[in-house]
Amino acid sequence: MIQLSRLGMLFALLTPVALLAAPAVSGAVERQATNWTAIYMFLAFVVATLGITYWAARRSHSAKEFYTAGGGITGFQNGLAISGDFMSAASFLGISGLVFASGYDGLIYSIGFLVGWPVIMFLIAEQIRNLGKFTFADVSSYRFGQTQIRTMAAVSSLVVVAFYLIAQMVGAGKLIQLLFGLEYWMAVVAVGLLMMVYVIFGGMTATTWVQITKAVLLLSGASFMAFAAMSAFDFSPEEMFRQAVETHPEGLSIMAPGSLVTDPINAISLGLALMFGTAGLPHILMRFFTVPDAKEARKSVFYATGFIGYFYVLTFIIGFAAIVLLAQHPEFFKPDAIAANGTLIKDQLVQGLDGGTNMVAIRLAEAVGGNLFLGFISAVAFATILAVVAGLTLAGASAISHDLYASVIARGRANEATEIRISKIATFCLGLLAIGLGIAFESQNVAFMVGLAFAVAASANFPVLLVSIYWRKMTTRGALAGGLAGLISAVVLTIMSKAVWGDVLGNTAMVDGVEVSVGLIGLNNPAIVAMPLAFFFIWFVSILDNSAQAKREREAFEAQKVRCDTGIGAEGASGH
Amino acid sequence: MQKASIDAIKAHPKYQELVRSRRRFSLTLTALILIIYFGFILTIAFAPSLLATPVSAGAVTTLGMPVGILIIVSAFILTGVYVYRANGRFDALTSAIQEDQQ
Repeated sequence: MIQLSRLGMLFALLTPVALLAAPAVSGAVERQATNWTAIYMFLAFVVATLGITYWAARRSHSAKEFYTAGGGITGFQNGLAISGDFMSAASFLGISGLVFASGYDGLIYSIGFLVGWPVIMFLIAEQIRNLGKFTFADVSSYRFGQTQIRTMAAVSSLVVVAFYLIAQMVGAGKLIQLLFGLEYWMAVVAVGLLMMVYVIFGGMTATTWVQITKAVLLLSGASFMAFAAMSAFDFSPEEMFRQAVETHPEGLSIMAPGSLVTDPINAISLGLALMFGTAGLPHILMRFFTVPDAKEARKSVFYATGFIGYFYVLTFIIGFAAIVLLAQHPEFFKPDAIAANGTLIKDQLVQGLDGGTNMVAIRLAEAVGGNLFLGFISAVAFATILAVVAGLTLAGASAISHDLYASVIARGRANEATEIRISKIATFCLGLLAIGLGIAFESQNVAFMVGLAFAVAASANFPVLLVSIYWRKMTTRGALAGGLAGLISAVVLTIMSKAVWGDVLGNTAMVDGVEVSVGLIGLNNPAIVAMPLAFFFIWFVSILDNSAQAKREREAFEAQKVRCDTGIGAEGASGH
Repeated sequence: MQKASIDAIKAHPKYQELVRSRRRFSLTLTALILIIYFGFILTIAFAPSLLATPVSAGAVTTLGMPVGILIIVSAFILTGVYVYRANGRFDALTSAIQEDQQ
């Protein structure tokens, strides 16, 4: 049973926001003294991004401009923007904190987040670019019943966006409380309002450039930090590892996979969710419509994989170096972690860190670069959250305006101006909802939310998308059955898991005389069940479908395949 | 697109070559990354001590470190290999097909 609780911890730790929300941020967070350097730097970022938004708002008012930045983003720029969309503050602070606390295990999670990208490249990136226009539902509904498939895709997109967004907002509020010394609600309102301004006035153009700016800032800040930290070890990894092993209470065991991954079923299930979830995230898929053609779509995945991989290597170095370098600064630890002679008590390295392990990267910034660099990294962490929530909200608004309104309600007869207006209203409502739920969930356990978002993306969005591109015999009924099976089983199994049934709903059991929260099932991530279920229902219902509509849909496959393979007839970039 | 032009493209020898070679290529690379990643996950689940072996006698650095970094690098290299081949050979075939269509 101890095993089980560890696995619960694994699940909680594996999701990026969970990384943020779980150890330091659950429960009462101490407010720090207001950090004015950080606030000034952040204000500089806000002024710069509002300038970008003003410029973007003047450029154009077409739907293409709003949803895809006119389709004129280059592969390199899009690669940076994708990294900016994907590298959350949680993965920066959370993974470096996890490496600090348990060493090698942190690397396992980084790798899981990275390996989805080659899969996207080999199987769907250019296909999506050739078949779609504004949203991934354009692709999965290409030859099928528009009303059914788009409604389903919009619902699962909104589920993914909503849970991801709430988790980001709660993480943002707690983080900013820690970094800037602002009240929780002020932080949530500030993030929500800024994100609404970017998306409503600047659409995808502003969102893209906010993400690019943030990616450059985050990558350069983390590079400087890793470089400065490595210089303390004369750039010898062996020397860094040796001193880390000496300093860390767990000694040599931080150099190998630890207790966090022990059960093969849960390990594989999580691997599936991470790998294929990335390939089903609506805000990530949407980025492929911002480039002019399939060639640039490919290049953007290549650059994104490089930037994201490099970033994870940096967080690994930051976490390991911090073990040694933070231990030399007793002032970063709680008073009772310090021995009488003023040095850190070895056993207190992890539990004794003031502000929790999410503060590892922030403390290291202070240790290697002083107060100015601390302010810079704090501002970058805030900017990072803004870029991620802006991308999410735009994807959610597009699902409402482009899929639900223009295709389902207006049945393709909506005019462009109305569609954009609906999109802006949707952004406004999603922004208010995000602020409201962010405040409502302040003291809730949100660790399961990103895991659920990844599971739904992997089990509902990805199977339908993949099969619609490659399998002639798929029909509307098959897609609907498979997508719903994936969506419902992912949600239900998550509710039955320890993270919701135990941690949120408060079901506990006595284990060895200790009260621990438990799930109805031992599975922490539903992907290993929900994904195959989705593929099975797509196949089974499609082969049983002999309707006239099914026949037409199968005949339409040839035209789809030719366009998908050659790009002939694909949406081009707008010429301005 | 008209049915006639779809049939013309489908019958084009270069189209058939494009579809065949690209499918083989992307499936091979997909299989490679799946084997690399799930090989790693299964090693962690079943034989974690393998990754705890020191890289050389007396070293603190374990085998798991270079292996982990190599997986990150291999993800990048595999996407690079795909881009190189697709932007060269596959795009040349595609533009030849497009020209013949006009």
